Amino acid sequence: MIRPPTGWLVHGSFLLGLVFAVLPLPDMLQPVRPYLLAMLLAYWLMEAPNRVGLGTAFLVGLLADVITASVLGEQAFRLVVLAFLVQHFRARLRFFPLWQQAVAIGLLLLNDRVITWLIHAVVGSPPHGVAYWLAPVLGVLLWPWLYVLIDLARLRARERS
Amino acid sequence: MAYAGNKSNRLSDSALTTLPLVFYLVLAIGLMIADQRMAYGNQARQKLSIVIEPFWWVASAPMRLFRGGSEEFALRSQLQADNRQRRQDLDIAIARIHQLQAVADENQRLRQLLGGTRGYSLKVQMVGILDIDLDPFRQRLVLDSGSDSGVQLGQALIDSGGVLGQVVEVGKNRSTALLVTDPDHAVPVQVARSGLRAIAYGTGHSDRLVLPNIPQSADVRKGDVLITSGIGGRFPAGFPVGTIIGVQPDKLRLFVTADAQPAAHLERGNEVLLISNRPPMIDVGPPAPALRKPPVAPALPAADATPTTEAHP
Repeated sequence: MIRPPTGWLVHGSFLLGLVFAVLPLPDMLQPVRPYLLAMLLAYWLMEAPNRVGLGTAFLVGLLADVITASVLGEQAFRLVVLAFLVQHFRARLRFFPLWQQAVAIGLLLLNDRVITWLIHAVVGSPPHGVAYWLAPVLGVLLWPWLYVLIDLARLRARERS
Repeated sequence: MAYAGNKSNRLSDSALTTLPLVFYLVLAIGLMIADQRMAYGNQARQKLSIVIEPFWWVASAPMRLFRGGSEEFALRSQLQADNRQRRQDLDIAIARIHQLQAVADENQRLRQLLGGTRGYSLKVQMVGILDIDLDPFRQRLVLDSGSDSGVQLGQALIDSGGVLGQVVEVGKNRSTALLVTDPDHAVPVQVARSGLRAIAYGTGHSDRLVLPNIPQSADVRKGDVLITSGIGGRFPAGFPVGTIIGVQPDKLRLFVTADAQPAAHLERGNEVLLISNRPPMIDVGPPAPALRKPPVAPALPAADATPTTEAHP
């Protein structure tokens, strides 16, 4: 079996995901910014469940809250829910073909958007536009590339060691 | 019997797996309530600024490189044209200042005659905006100077158009500002034409402010310019805030609600001015050089480097 990935790869990918969360994008792309952190979290929960868990999801989410200046605890909440769902369906998700996996991730991201929408409704944020609901679609398109990219990075890391 | 035992076993199993989930979710909800009700989020970010700043720095690096590169490789003719335009603008601005200086002196004299106490002295400092995107659902901005350059909590932020917002968190080298359009933000304003006082709230949309609870008899109409009234002392008086774009009765038909468009250029620009009111007693007598020091003692060299000017409105 594949050996568990090295720690720096997991941590490094989360750090990159956090940077991506505040990376300046053109105004048009801003509302559809894919939730890279959630996708990375889903990947590591599937591939390295002994390293990543609900606690990781909570900590990463909290850090993201602090960095992006969202309501403290909002992203922690969202990522913990997502992590729980991925853990629950891990056996099935792992053995889906890539495109099917992408669709499943898209559904998870859509669920995340619904949760965000509910949180924002309670907190009292202004209403979101239509583009807000398109972000999961971008996530679906991005998932296969992300998957292959991290796989390659892991392969390289293993060859080197 | 065996079945029942099995079942209870499975139940406790599922209880065990959902227990951490419930624990984390409750923790997250607790944090959200603490942030919403008691504004712990700002304090937490201030404490953690050492952790946050590297992320912001890295995220803003590509844009910084791009800007630096385009400045490096700008055409000579373009720079000259730019320079000429700037010089022209400066000449006009200086001419206007000379004219205003006389008015300001006269104003000061008249205020002294009246025994007024509004002789605040303004401290102005130019800071850059860090190119990063925060949560798109909250109207915030990151500035690339912090307590090391003398930025203080509650300082007002303006640009060439008008009032932009105020500083809500100060880190060592970075600070965060709340824009006037954030739903949590309110500015005491005055209609420039009629002198009517009101409060302008943010709406969460970057092109809209709202002024609720105006009496029906009040003199306010479309096209009126709003300026800061200076009440509360946080925003100095007289800076433009926005223009009224519509007036309509509110739900109860007892008051009127006015919509305004912010005067500041919220979408563009990468440099803004930080201004702070200082108590009027500093104004008495000749200005002592020691008073120019920002209150944070170790920041003296940095404060000297930044363009700091004094103005007396």
